[in-house]
Amino acid sequence: MSSKIGIIIRREFMERVTKKSFIITTLLMPVIMLALMIVPTLIALFSEGDDRTVLVVDDSGIIARNLEAAGPVSFAETDIPLDSALNIDSVDAVLYIPADIADGQKPLRLYTNSASSMNLESAITSQVDDIIESHRLEKYDIADLGKIIEAVHSDVSLQSFRNDREEGERESSTFLSYMLGIVLTMLLYMCLLLYGQMVMTSIIEEKNNRVLEIVVSSVKPTQLMLGKICGIGLVAVTQILIWGVLIASMSAFLLPALLPSEMTAEIAALNSGAADVSTLNTDIELLQAVSIMGNVGYIIQLFALLLAFLVGGFMLYAAIYAAIGSAVDNIQDAGQLQSIVIFPIIIGIIFGMTAASDPTSALSVWTSIIPFTSPMVMMARIPFGIPAWEIAVSLVVLYLSFFLMVWIAAKIYRVGIFMYGKKPTVKELIRWVRYK
Amino acid sequence: MDLLKVDSVSKSFGSHKALDNVSVAVPQGKVYGLLGPNGAGKTTLIRIINHITAPDSGLVTFDGHPLTQQDVAHIGYLPEERGLYKKMKVGEQALFFARLKGLSRSEATRELKKWFERFEISSWWNRKVEELSKGMAQKVQFIVTVLHRPKLLIFDEPFSGFDPINANLLRDEILRLKDEGATVIFSTHNMSSVEEICDNITLINAGHNILTGNVDDIRRRYTSGRYSLVFDGDARALADKLTPMLAGCTAAEMPYGRHRLDITVTDGTTLRDVIAVANDAVQLTAVNEAMASMNDIFISTVKAYDAQNQ
Repeated sequence: MSSKIGIIIRREFMERVTKKSFIITTLLMPVIMLALMIVPTLIALFSEGDDRTVLVVDDSGIIARNLEAAGPVSFAETDIPLDSALNIDSVDAVLYIPADIADGQKPLRLYTNSASSMNLESAITSQVDDIIESHRLEKYDIADLGKIIEAVHSDVSLQSFRNDREEGERESSTFLSYMLGIVLTMLLYMCLLLYGQMVMTSIIEEKNNRVLEIVVSSVKPTQLMLGKICGIGLVAVTQILIWGVLIASMSAFLLPALLPSEMTAEIAALNSGAADVSTLNTDIELLQAVSIMGNVGYIIQLFALLLAFLVGGFMLYAAIYAAIGSAVDNIQDAGQLQSIVIFPIIIGIIFGMTAASDPTSALSVWTSIIPFTSPMVMMARIPFGIPAWEIAVSLVVLYLSFFLMVWIAAKIYRVGIFMYGKKPTVKELIRWVRYK
Repeated sequence: MDLLKVDSVSKSFGSHKALDNVSVAVPQGKVYGLLGPNGAGKTTLIRIINHITAPDSGLVTFDGHPLTQQDVAHIGYLPEERGLYKKMKVGEQALFFARLKGLSRSEATRELKKWFERFEISSWWNRKVEELSKGMAQKVQFIVTVLHRPKLLIFDEPFSGFDPINANLLRDEILRLKDEGATVIFSTHNMSSVEEICDNITLINAGHNILTGNVDDIRRRYTSGRYSLVFDGDARALADKLTPMLAGCTAAEMPYGRHRLDITVTDGTTLRDVIAVANDAVQLTAVNEAMASMNDIFISTVKAYDAQNQ
């Protein structure tokens, strides 16, 4: 009896993993994801932006001479009045500085010939602020003011740790946790939706081309449904496992090889607590993020939890998808019924996003326990390091509810697969559960 | 001995009663016809026999014990609406179904090779099902149905979609399997094939068993008092003379200027009486008992039942 389920699982699994599309997406996905992360950084790194020239009409007489070219933006002082300056087309912008700018009464005015940009505006205001501040300080006429300010200047950075009494201090990076939370949640969302729908379409197809009639003369409908769900679930697990192995080996071998040696040294220093923050060349957030990504054990742990929630969430949703698939004759009819399952998945991803920003709010905690949203919300919370018992409770609730859902789905399936013609309503599906 | 006994089985779907107290006994080693108009409940009964759905009440006995899930390994079912996995290769797919019936991989491969050779389709082994024509796919389905040497074979409209040559091939295979000891349940709307290969039949209508028995017995029962007379002479004159002893009469022209009268005689009239009258009136050339066809029996029985239950 159980060996029959095995034969069905094998067929469902082999049919899908031997497909070229599966092999290609499985191998290409990590590359694409990596590229998505790296390419914007590279673009930002290598694109200097267009050179911009700003003509400065300075009525105050204190600003223009102190303005320095900032990146692609260069400043040119001029004596001509504003009206005639505005007629010059060869410059990108004209900056007008009113005479009493130091009193802080009037705003600067920027007339741009092309589109303005955040970079340009912040380059101007921050410089003008600095110039006015030092102009005002000079009025107090304090000796060695420059040195004093230099000595007083502070630029603090923050290295955060997770205070965990059981496991001791552990490094944490809020930024990385946020990113990981979002990525893991999205990954789970995609898997649930894609593989859940695969279960549904596969059942509809079987019913539609009547191969079902032959299969159920050898196995019980419930066995067929279970075999199908498990087989397709196994495909999802295989995919995640391959990705997990790829990423873990990247973290173990590729990352250390690619990192510049000074960065590796800095990370080592940071982790031993010996690093002098003021001498670090790299941003401390980035160092921490890289350091965590290089922690293979942590990555494996994340993927193990991802798998646990994937299996639970998939079984829960696939069961509903299976019930829907059994009840309709073709994919078009499935549309309306599908909203029963797509709605909670979308709610899940929304709460998951919220949880990545605020993992400990009451909303996040509760939605990570409620089975329909729990897989996605929990995956968003896990990177922040939450108590193990919360994960355990969430898993237990999820697995119990999937058993219940599979049981209900099997009852609907066994009736639904033999119903042709009329498109059933949710009410009818519920009535089928009670059939003997 | 009966291989399969269905004892007062009822099954409802919601308010619709698909089967109402139906009993059927299928004798070992015979071909049993399961007849009935569309929607009569045949498929539901077949599904119950296949242990796909459970009856609301009643008992199904297979080979002397109540039917269990294990027994489906000894049943082969070719459904009327049948399909295969389109993307799978023929051989791989046949193996899949054979293994679901409990055959080991090597045993299944060996048997399949044998059948593929017999049907001359060995070259299809590595082709995808979507490349096959409907008739070709049905050959594969037939092989899958009989491969595990089931004690009970259930064929639902097995000949639909086959050309006459392949239909013949299939009929011969079914009869050969019967000779080797298999019991066959045969569901069809093709009444001439019922006359040809069925030993017993059950006619189901609106969820009820309305006619059961041996095919020859049933035909004889419906035949009593029906004759056809072929003769030279005046058909009208003969018909007039016979009228007092007839319940029904139709006339037809025959070759060489002959006539034929198909008559049904009234109770108490014998063939002897008819011939005595006919001999005086015309020159008789042939007298036959007109066997009722299963087609006529099907139509008259179902219509009579429907008229009674309206």
